[in-house]
Amino acid sequence: MAIGNIALAGLDREQLLHMHYQMVLIRRFEEKAAEEYTLGKIGGFLHLYIGQEASGVGALSALRPGDYVASSYREHGHAILKGVDPKLVMAELYGKATGCSKGRGGSMHMYSNEHRMIGGQAIVGAQLAIGTGIGFACQYQNTSDIVTVMFGDGAVDEGAFHESLNLASLWKLPVVYYCENNQYSMGMAVTKAWAVTSLEPRAAGHGVAYEHVDGMDVLAVRETMQRAAERARNGEGPTLIESVTYRFRGHSMTDPAYYRTRDEEARWRSTRDPITLFEEQLKEHDLITDDEINATNERVDGEVEEIARFAEESPVPDADELYEDVLADGSGAIAWRNKPSTPRD
Amino acid sequence: MRTITFRDALREALREEMARDERVYILGEDIAGYGGTYAVTKGLFEEFGEKRVRDTPLAEEIIIGTALGSALGGLRPVAELMTINFSLLASDLIINSAAKFRYMFGGQPSIPMVIRMTAGGGAQRGAQHSQMLESMYAHIPGLKVVIPATPYDAKGMLKSAIRDDDPVLFIEHELLYNLKGDVPDEGEEYTVPLNRGIVRREGKDVTLVTFSRMVHICMQAAEELAKEGIETEVIDLRSIRPIDLDLVLDSLRKTNRVVVAEEGWKYYGTGQGVSALIYEHGFDWLDAPVGHVHGRDVPMPYSKPLEQLALPARNDVIAAVKAIVPQPAGAR
Repeated sequence: MAIGNIALAGLDREQLLHMHYQMVLIRRFEEKAAEEYTLGKIGGFLHLYIGQEASGVGALSALRPGDYVASSYREHGHAILKGVDPKLVMAELYGKATGCSKGRGGSMHMYSNEHRMIGGQAIVGAQLAIGTGIGFACQYQNTSDIVTVMFGDGAVDEGAFHESLNLASLWKLPVVYYCENNQYSMGMAVTKAWAVTSLEPRAAGHGVAYEHVDGMDVLAVRETMQRAAERARNGEGPTLIESVTYRFRGHSMTDPAYYRTRDEEARWRSTRDPITLFEEQLKEHDLITDDEINATNERVDGEVEEIARFAEESPVPDADELYEDVLADGSGAIAWRNKPSTPRD
Repeated sequence: MRTITFRDALREALREEMARDERVYILGEDIAGYGGTYAVTKGLFEEFGEKRVRDTPLAEEIIIGTALGSALGGLRPVAELMTINFSLLASDLIINSAAKFRYMFGGQPSIPMVIRMTAGGGAQRGAQHSQMLESMYAHIPGLKVVIPATPYDAKGMLKSAIRDDDPVLFIEHELLYNLKGDVPDEGEEYTVPLNRGIVRREGKDVTLVTFSRMVHICMQAAEELAKEGIETEVIDLRSIRPIDLDLVLDSLRKTNRVVVAEEGWKYYGTGQGVSALIYEHGFDWLDAPVGHVHGRDVPMPYSKPLEQLALPARNDVIAAVKAIVPQPAGAR
């Protein structure tokens, strides 16, 4: 089974170890962010990706650099995996001028034109409608680029989910709708929010291909995404992937998670940790040793310290930045004609 | 020059910009085979084909989502939302996304998106099809809100809106579609900026500041007032956001009296906003309080006599002007 998985994934050892490194990096990045948040260096909300690393690494490793990703507010990892320098992501969390959104966005709004990371959205489900539109642009311009829309189980409850799937199916748009079902929309369990607790019939209702995958199995996720991406690139239209995962932390830093038991959390952490599962799989096939794992951990620890130092030492935005970039032409509510006013009499 | 309707002027703008730029496409409910609810897009499907004239399902959120996403992906969409009343179903994406992205994402994305919408009352469409709502959107930084009153401006401003790199809400009053006016011959290229009002009539006694269909009602009122010796200056704002405030203040310095006239509701809207700007920037020049003509503070009723009572009319404008302008000696 495991041998088959690795062979099927068609990845060499270097590629597999890189995926392992990415998983460790985004976990450690989030742990560092949590530390800095408690120290007051990061403000606002902070939604951590811890526990969902296989879901992100598996999915985005199957994409090409020119492919677009539109995401949610739990997107630090997605931005990093899309190629945005983790230093710029951390600087954004710190609200610094060097942040990937110049410090104007924050935790929920990582963006990079260069890397086609089309933003984290803090309005649940908005990225489904927007991602569908990007898919239309890809189709209109006859490119082979595709769009992956990343969203949680909560976004499924929004009307945008249905409007998007219907249109993408109707127009055969090159979009992969990737639902990271971490089983809770904030405190609401999917079993309480969904009348039907599988997304398969919803996909079928819109004529959209459906795939279900264990979101804790990075190679299975990757293979699933590869199939969906191929369908999108071949003009066969959208796929809805339901990747079942679990966030090990609360919804945000202020969430004590009273809506689920500590037992449930402990069970997931001890038996379904995606990094541990991948390490076991790699060890089983003599692709990694404990020493190598330790070395990766140490390397990442050093990198994350460097990332945090960069954010710490970066300048805050200038006060002049306040009014910049509202509109391209710099206009505000009043279009002054730039002449001095003449006092009366 | 030729005389064409407001509707035809809009269609010419769409056709010319689509011919000029392959990235421009239009989308909306029934805009292709049907030709548009108000026939603005009639014939464009036959001319440009399915790729560039896209009928959409009846789903406002995904119409704007598609437009917005495709703008991020390099296209220049013109979405038709049938009426501004329906835009509320897409107002999340307009306000929370389109208006925010350039700023929130550090100046990286451009959103060259136009949303065309019919607005206004007077055709007995009832409470859910007769609103103005321009002031709701004009409240939001990151949007442009324009509202032409003549065929010339309809064409010239729509062309400018399509070429603009930011989201432009383009509001068309339903009762203006059949209005005829002078427009340069086809092939005579012109545009109208999105940040300039225009003086429709010069006068020395009082300034009427207005926009959209109320421009024409104010022009009629000005004719009447002239017979009584009151010379009214009429300013058509054309753009609500950004507003050409200097044009208003220049006129104020000449007349020292202003009446703001709009079809929408009185409270917290464009009229009160403009009045506040006049007080803020032109208080010393005022010889009387700023007058305000507006729609009545009720949902629009269907019954014709009630609807007519709810809408501001020529006599309301005349009364508001007379309330702040000293009567000429000869007219007493």
